[in-house]
Amino acid sequence: MSTQVKDTSSRKLGTLGVYDAVDAAADTIEALRAAGMKRITVFSPVPSHDLEHALHAGESPIRLFTLVGGLTGAATGFGMAVWMSLDWPMIVGGKPIISLPAFVIIAFELTILFGALSTVAGLFINARLPQRRVMQVYDPSFSSDRFGVYVMPPAGKESQVRDIMHNNGAAEIREQVQEVKVGDL
Amino acid sequence: MATVIRSETHPDIGSYRDVNRDVLRLLSAPGPGYYILLAITLVVLAIGAGAWLVQVVFGIGMSGLMNPVGWGVYITTFVFWVGIGHAGTLISAVLFLFRARWRQSIYRVAEAMTVFAVMTAGLFPIIHLGRPWIFYYLLPYPNQRELWPNFRSPLLWDVFAISTYLTVSATFFVLGMIPDLAAARDTTTVTWRKKLYTVMAFGWRGTANEWRHFTKAYLYLAALATPLVLSVHSVVSWDFAMSIVPGWHATIFAPYFVAGAIFSGLAMVITLVIPIRKMFRLEAYFTPRHFDAMAKMVLVSSMVVFYAYLTEFFMAWYSFEPGERGVFMSRLVGNYWWATWIMLTCNGIIPMMLWWPSIRRNIPALFVISVFINIGMWFERFVIIVTSLAHEYEPWQWRAYQPSLVEMLIVLGSFAWFFMWFLLFTRAFPIVAVAELKEVLPAPRRARVVQGGAQSHGRIGPAEDGV
Repeated sequence: MSTQVKDTSSRKLGTLGVYDAVDAAADTIEALRAAGMKRITVFSPVPSHDLEHALHAGESPIRLFTLVGGLTGAATGFGMAVWMSLDWPMIVGGKPIISLPAFVIIAFELTILFGALSTVAGLFINARLPQRRVMQVYDPSFSSDRFGVYVMPPAGKESQVRDIMHNNGAAEIREQVQEVKVGDL
Repeated sequence: MATVIRSETHPDIGSYRDVNRDVLRLLSAPGPGYYILLAITLVVLAIGAGAWLVQVVFGIGMSGLMNPVGWGVYITTFVFWVGIGHAGTLISAVLFLFRARWRQSIYRVAEAMTVFAVMTAGLFPIIHLGRPWIFYYLLPYPNQRELWPNFRSPLLWDVFAISTYLTVSATFFVLGMIPDLAAARDTTTVTWRKKLYTVMAFGWRGTANEWRHFTKAYLYLAALATPLVLSVHSVVSWDFAMSIVPGWHATIFAPYFVAGAIFSGLAMVITLVIPIRKMFRLEAYFTPRHFDAMAKMVLVSSMVVFYAYLTEFFMAWYSFEPGERGVFMSRLVGNYWWATWIMLTCNGIIPMMLWWPSIRRNIPALFVISVFINIGMWFERFVIIVTSLAHEYEPWQWRAYQPSLVEMLIVLGSFAWFFMWFLLFTRAFPIVAVAELKEVLPAPRRARVVQGGAQSHGRIGPAEDGV
């Protein structure tokens, strides 16, 4: 999505605005988008409707992972129980070899199990976790109470970005964003 | 710059920063009291482990189990711990979907409790086996004899249900902690903590993109965990209800067990949260409002459970079935009358005190009531399991059961096992969900924009889906 920072080999670093108020950050995003800058990374200590709305982010594709995982689990549950019962066809309690009502429980549990695990896989794939590479920008206060808007301005627009951030109430504007590594925070 | 608006749910918490300070300060070296408690749990656990060793070496005859009572306190304690495990998922998933905004403070504790309770429960079917070293026969794995498990057996359903529940609740627990562990990573200065939190936070930075996927993943996990929590105790109840033992063979068992599980689990949450609140001085986070809400749920589930007890007795009388009637009469006045009356008193009568709002908000009273409920719910499972087996159809096979010392020590050890994990958790991980709690606090805004007053959004839930 538009919010992902590209790992630049040129080591060109962008501008980071740090905010105390969520609406200030949201206004900055709107203004930057209006100025034609779409690749914006936003940091927040909480999920925020204001920020999500300002970014015009689309629907997360995770629901597809959940659906596919769940259906795979159901098929696996039925398939496993049926195949294993046929592989050693022993009549127990006078019930048919393929006792579907009993197998529903196995299929149900595997639906949940596979659905949950593939949801987690979907999160990790879509949110690009775990991050073990260089983290280009970050500030420890983003996990406490501050919001961050990071953008790499196109050539010649550096001062415009600074003005937008300043006018929308950035508490701090950092030009030379420090590179931070996971674990060195 | 930013205005401060007080939250209606947590009026004593000022800002986002306060939450980080109050919760993350607990991730530090504990005092001597903590180590004394931990040492006690380790000693008791060692005694329980020793008792199990005795049983493994000398055989299952070291327990009091004998025909016809083949399921004794091991299975009782198994069902008890699985039941305890239900409140965590109820609070983290079901109340999330219902958008109950009081869940934020307690949900981390409840979820940890769930994971540790299911870890404890999972020991008992294995302890209960005559040859525990071949427990893996339960799993469908390819083997030389091409033998597969019997998928028509409720005991096998149980294997699938419990292992799925343990996996999903542990996943939910670890996943929900990611943003909080990132916050812990950013503040801690202790080397081993830094390393641990860095690994477990998976490089979380709190970008809008991460949050967008995280909230959706959380929603779908909650949607999957909700039917799971209902199914697990239903499957446990079918271990009993699918057989034709009088006292077990009843269609009410699944809802009855699920209600009982929620009842006992909520009581255990209260039992755990009250000392935590006191010891860690988190009064601003666990307010009387939270206890009031939990106590109301305890009261409702108590009435559902008590209704199920009465239904069972009524159906036994109404059936004109001598076996069924005999079991229920023996429960009331037979060998185990005391267990039945403990169950009825603790689960049906004592919780009725919660009708009074002053008791619901009285923390010491609530603690005492919740402990009584825990005791009552253990005895409920004892009554269901033991009295039914001890009093089947044929009088010549009736026989009373008495737990042996080995059994009782193993049960005691299981409590130590649970509390050991819980104690380790309280000082290793954030016991209050930092990021989720901030969601019910008003977001910091610029002074000029105070539209909408103190309203804040909960985590993006189903009603606001598709923003």
